[in-house]
Amino acid sequence: MPTEPLLAIDGLSVNLGSAAVVRDLSLQLNAGDMLGLVGESGCGKSVTALSVLDLLEDSPLRISAGAVRYQGQDLRTLDAAAVQNLRGNRIAMIFQEPMTSLNPVFRIGDQIAEVLQIHQGSTRRQGRLAAIALLERVGMASPQTLISRYPHQLSGGQRQRVMIAMALACEPQLLIADEPTTALDVTVQAQILELLDQLRKDTGMAVLLITHDLGLVRQYCDRVAVMYCGQLVEVGACEQVFERPAHRYTNALLQTVPALNVPGTRLPAIEGRVPAPGHWPPGCAYEPRCQHVVDECARRMPPLASSVKGVRCWNPAS
Amino acid sequence: MNLLEVRELTTAFSARDGRTLRALNEVSFDLAEGEVLGIVGESGCGKSTLAKSVLRLIQSEQGSVCFHGQDVLQMNKAQLKRARRSMQIVFQDPFGSLNPRHTIGQIIREPLQVHGIGSTRDQQRRVDELLERVGLSADVQTRHAHEFSGGQRQRIAIARALALQPELLVADEAVSALDVSVQSQIINLITDLQAELGLSMLFISHDLSVIRHVSDRIAVMYLGRIVEIGEADALMNDPQHPYTRALISAIPSLAAQQAVRIVLHGELPDPSDPPEGCAFHTRCPQVHDECLRRRPELRAVVRDTLSIHSQAAHSSACHLNESTP
Repeated sequence: MPTEPLLAIDGLSVNLGSAAVVRDLSLQLNAGDMLGLVGESGCGKSVTALSVLDLLEDSPLRISAGAVRYQGQDLRTLDAAAVQNLRGNRIAMIFQEPMTSLNPVFRIGDQIAEVLQIHQGSTRRQGRLAAIALLERVGMASPQTLISRYPHQLSGGQRQRVMIAMALACEPQLLIADEPTTALDVTVQAQILELLDQLRKDTGMAVLLITHDLGLVRQYCDRVAVMYCGQLVEVGACEQVFERPAHRYTNALLQTVPALNVPGTRLPAIEGRVPAPGHWPPGCAYEPRCQHVVDECARRMPPLASSVKGVRCWNPAS
Repeated sequence: MNLLEVRELTTAFSARDGRTLRALNEVSFDLAEGEVLGIVGESGCGKSTLAKSVLRLIQSEQGSVCFHGQDVLQMNKAQLKRARRSMQIVFQDPFGSLNPRHTIGQIIREPLQVHGIGSTRDQQRRVDELLERVGLSADVQTRHAHEFSGGQRQRIAIARALALQPELLVADEAVSALDVSVQSQIINLITDLQAELGLSMLFISHDLSVIRHVSDRIAVMYLGRIVEIGEADALMNDPQHPYTRALISAIPSLAAQQAVRIVLHGELPDPSDPPEGCAFHTRCPQVHDECLRRRPELRAVVRDTLSIHSQAAHSSACHLNESTP
């Protein structure tokens, strides 16, 4: 019997009213995998993350097709108690905004301990000790004093690391990290990613890293999935995609990065801008900005061969 | 010829608990005409305070900022207003820096009106010209800021900054909030304009790869002080300060998986209570006894291989650099 992947996103489509936000997206993650989901603002990467945790309920967004399966089970067919048991426990998420994700009226230590009390039946005292250890792991100085602080007394970077400590509290099997380090300084970012890397080696935790930072994906992920206008346009092993990008968008995106250009020269910028949801072209979404258009591009949407390795392009770079 | 000479500039804030926070501590540097100086450092290092102190948007405690040889900090109101025509700034947040009630035309025209430059017709011609120069069509003038994307708003902010034909442009994280593909468009626009108009620039960013791309020289800041400054090539290829090395090593490279990464441990110290001795000693992988006792001065880096000129241009504040011959 073939083993089920830890996470299987299968033909996921999400709509906002009549406009598509995510279109027919399929991805798989196995234990110990670290997959980078990259794209620019509005490409649908954060909505994909929320769908995985079935967190769209309070938003105007609706899953219109497809399924998200965790160890073979569709999250939406589970009852509330079962979902509760998975979320925050087996599947954890780090959100983008550390300012709004913490409760302002509870102390940091109690908020971390609460996760352990709910999911693992820890006592308050055990939770408190675990909170100190967790804060230490995410590189925070003097965790003993920090646990009795309130969120407003912490800097943005500290709050983000509290969020990360909470997400890691129950040693999840799957971590969804939506721009986890965007608010952090590069030296702290390096510290956090080394920690995530260590955890996946030690505990087999799988990570879905959602980011706009291509360098971060190159350094820490095995595989990368590139999104544009709600679709995957290229997916494959990092080495392959970064060294020989096949999709014209991936290729252009990589060329535009300052670090890969001779200082002082003009950057090969992508002209125009990302079309907003509801205004996506009928053929290939990248066609209006692409430099390598063939007749087919405006007419028909190119297919993506597989969710593991593929390019959604009629005229890929060879 | 130096356009700007900053000496021992110190800016302090009083924290809520009565302590003083020296956000900027005895910072000195020169900026030549037509030169781009990149200022890089992490949050709390004082780089934005530096930007605002140089333009006297906030009051400094000590030091001097000589613009064309005249100290901006000693100017009276009229002198300052005149000097500010030549010194402009573009901020990070293109959402907060444009008045939501004004049309784009009004926003770009305002500096011309404030300084009483040209007739209404001249001003209109100038606004048309500026919009075209930053890559926007003339018909955007009647619209409001909320109708534009982040990249377009930054173009508008740049047009406004250029309205008075400044000699000094300060870009404070001007491309940091933008998406990768838009970021490169704005970087190109800024570097084109800089070269074309011969602007001197202070380009402030936390992103060393962007700084590297646009700057002639780079200054690295840590807890309110410059810890290393030098020509971009020398500083990036042969960094001297352990903090600069860690910063360069922490940039996730796109080229290939990095074999060795210098990962710093510990927190950035509280800027209102900086460590004794070298401020970096609490996180430095190469710390030794001397670092806890005495703060290293910024000194010229001595190397055999480089010309005298480059040696003088590269300085680092680290005891390790002092002891090496």
